[in-house]
Amino acid sequence: MELIFEKSVTGRRGVRLPASDVPRAAALPANLLHSAPVGLPEVAELDLVRHFTNLSRRNFSVDTNFYPLGSCTMKYNVKALENAAGLFAGVHPMLPLLPGGETHAQGALEMLFELGGLLSEITGMDEVTTQPLAGAHGEMTGVMIIAAYHRARGNKKRYVVVPDSSHGTNPASAAMAGYEIITIPSDTSGDMDLELFRQAMTDEVAAVMMTCPNTLGLFNPHIKEICDIAHAHDALCYYDGANLNAIMGKVRPGDVGFDVIHLNLHKTFGTPHGGGGPGSGPVGVKEALIPYLPVPRIVKTSEVDFGIETDRPLSIGRTANFFGNFGVMVKAYAYITMLGRAGLIQVSEQAVLNANYIMARLKGYYDLPFEQTCMHECVFSASRQLKHGVHAIDIAKFLIDRGFHPPTVYFPLNVKEAIMIEPTETESKSTMDAFIDVMIEAAGQAGHNPQALLDAPLTMPVSRLDETKAAREQHVCCVDY
Amino acid sequence: MSYCPNTPEEISDMLAAIGAVSVDDLFAPIPAALRAKSFDLPDGMSEFEMLRQMQYLADRNAKHLSLFIGGGAYDHVIPAVVDHLSGRAEFYTAYTPYQPECSQGTLQALFEYQSVICRLTGMDVSNASLYDGGTALAEAAVMAMRATGRRKLILDGGINPYHRQIVATYLEDQEVEIVTVTPGTGIADRAALMAALDDRTAAIVVQNPNFFGTLDDLSDLAAEAHGKGALLVASVYPISLGMVKSPGAMGADIVVGDGQCLGNPLSFGGPAFGFIAAKKAFIRSMPGRIIGQTVDRQGRRGFVLTLQAREQHIKRHKATSNICSNQGLCALKGLIFMASVGETGFAELARLNYDKAEYAKERLSSIKGVTVLNSGATFNEFTLVLPTPAEPVVERLLHNRIAAGVPLGGFYPHLADCMVVTVTEKRTRAEIDTLAEKLQEALWN
Repeated sequence: MELIFEKSVTGRRGVRLPASDVPRAAALPANLLHSAPVGLPEVAELDLVRHFTNLSRRNFSVDTNFYPLGSCTMKYNVKALENAAGLFAGVHPMLPLLPGGETHAQGALEMLFELGGLLSEITGMDEVTTQPLAGAHGEMTGVMIIAAYHRARGNKKRYVVVPDSSHGTNPASAAMAGYEIITIPSDTSGDMDLELFRQAMTDEVAAVMMTCPNTLGLFNPHIKEICDIAHAHDALCYYDGANLNAIMGKVRPGDVGFDVIHLNLHKTFGTPHGGGGPGSGPVGVKEALIPYLPVPRIVKTSEVDFGIETDRPLSIGRTANFFGNFGVMVKAYAYITMLGRAGLIQVSEQAVLNANYIMARLKGYYDLPFEQTCMHECVFSASRQLKHGVHAIDIAKFLIDRGFHPPTVYFPLNVKEAIMIEPTETESKSTMDAFIDVMIEAAGQAGHNPQALLDAPLTMPVSRLDETKAAREQHVCCVDY
Repeated sequence: MSYCPNTPEEISDMLAAIGAVSVDDLFAPIPAALRAKSFDLPDGMSEFEMLRQMQYLADRNAKHLSLFIGGGAYDHVIPAVVDHLSGRAEFYTAYTPYQPECSQGTLQALFEYQSVICRLTGMDVSNASLYDGGTALAEAAVMAMRATGRRKLILDGGINPYHRQIVATYLEDQEVEIVTVTPGTGIADRAALMAALDDRTAAIVVQNPNFFGTLDDLSDLAAEAHGKGALLVASVYPISLGMVKSPGAMGADIVVGDGQCLGNPLSFGGPAFGFIAAKKAFIRSMPGRIIGQTVDRQGRRGFVLTLQAREQHIKRHKATSNICSNQGLCALKGLIFMASVGETGFAELARLNYDKAEYAKERLSSIKGVTVLNSGATFNEFTLVLPTPAEPVVERLLHNRIAAGVPLGGFYPHLADCMVVTVTEKRTRAEIDTLAEKLQEALWN
């Protein structure tokens, strides 16, 4: 398909702007003016509409395809949430920072305050900041809070401990907060090896970062013991909330002993993923860490009034322009409001049921490195298919031809040829049965006709793409115009 | 209501396939001692009731304010096509394009976005977006240190104070020396910047136009920085680039900014996007997702996520950044916005902002006792010096439903009599005239 630049015709116009109602001002000094065109496309509005409509049709999405991308919680995005977010589109974020301006943004501040309260109750934490803009941003914020806590107490800390099954963002975020990383291998049951963890724990450890259920979809029954061991070394416990969709109403990280958590509102709370974002990564903390939360902090100033606090000397400071990805939070708040207590519990129950159903139906066809009951996702290995020269990626491509977005492949890193399936609670048995049939067919083809998998996909606008060429040529911008 | 579709019969069938008696059985791996101690949430409701509650909250925000405030978020027109096209569910409900064959829509759109950002900034390479302008500046600071192997940054005090706070937060736990140069009334203070510049400096970091609205030709700063082996990092206001020389043409090495003004609503500060672009030599130091062009097995053009070896899911703690997602949908809005106004419309848009701000500047500074702080040219923001402290004046004008400006005393104590006034293309001449009348009244009646 042509690029928008290739559809450009000099002099063609799209949207018209208002005519000027003020005099034309004197020109800027010549040294400040640009001398060449920017190089923007010139297309009519209809050209533009066709271009992006046709581009959109080259995507799989939740609204068009089953999208069981493990670790990403690709649940249905309820349409009413968009209507809710639209009600706040015109509110300027500087308003509450102006003298007397808080009164003009009471609804926005109240929503943020109330959402913080709901998320605190869901996770068992004492206060939540909504400022972090995505999960990884929340992790960085959380580890910086931990660093500020240790610094204020004069603790000499150097390390953050993570299991080898952790998301890559965990060690990357800890590194941004100045820590070195200790990685603990998993044991034969898929959990972090408790004995190796015990040996690694010293008073120089600042924190241990856990995902629970972990990236294998398994709930670690020793999680409280891990927290206790960490606390004995004055290390704090960080809960990566990427997989919260499995345990709402069942377990609260705060009850177990976690000190800091982040949530991914775009996962658990049903906000759209937008082709890669925007996300939202609120961070919850226990009481002792509240002084270190980022500023501005949303506070309740009377029975019905809300305000902000910026003068907080122990705070880690500001982590984003304003109050976080507010529009995403409106949607998450609307989602929690609609589902309520019973609805959220049902979400986790059905998410876990769906994942176990897929696991049960496919375990005869694919190797299952860890056979115990899973939570919201299950992880297979394509090692059996590899004997026929078929890799996890080939199975993924075969699924594309059958109209299914592939599961996450090659993650977690501690499973060879990993296929990580997260159906989410919003998928019906009928949809999952159709997916299961194709997965079984793929396993059969791997034995009888592996070429069918190696050639896939054949029905998409493009076949497999040369990633080596892309990395070598680094053609990341259309320069010819 | 939880949008769970399975019927009781289907649930029984599924449990039978699993070999479990009840859904509760599936939670058996969680020891009783770890179960939730509380889950005290309200009952759910229908979407109609939810929307009524949201409307109540929305009504608690002021409507019909005349906005002359910016400070990093700007009230610009958003053509209807932007929301209609970006709202296509195939864009909206997809995720990171890990599987390129079934994600060419997102991938090509982000490639086009990167191309627009490169053209706008005069840079060679762009990533697929960052969170916002402030975090983009922090990422650029880290990137400059990585690219040069140096640990000293010179920040101009004319950078948005919030963005400087974000840089400070990001670098709090890193070994780095930050020198902040006090801003004057015009362009960045050359003497002070040069006095701080040495061969340990990773970058000079500036904002153009700066927080006070002043435009600066950065060419000499770039030359001086390069003479010491340092980089020039520029944070820019994208709409100004419809008339102002690109930072690339001025010699900048890394360019960042906030893309909210390009097709994204104010939405109380988010979501929007940040952008980062650079000269080609620095591509491997760049954070975040990058889309690259390639070919498929039949030689057809296609797009993929590329240079992923920089990123956290491969490199873990040695990655260029911890960033995982981008602001894909907001960047898409930015792209559609730019394509909808096009070359001519974008130049007109910049001109409208400039002309209206110049009109407002003249109108407001003709009020007795009011002067303009900026000693040089400005774009769509400028700083007024009032004869009294600015905060009470701003508060009083808010009663007239006018957000007249951002008072500077909280950021720069010696500028307590100053406020930054922003005028976008959405402000009419009548609104500007009303602002002038009400300001006159507030000061002298």
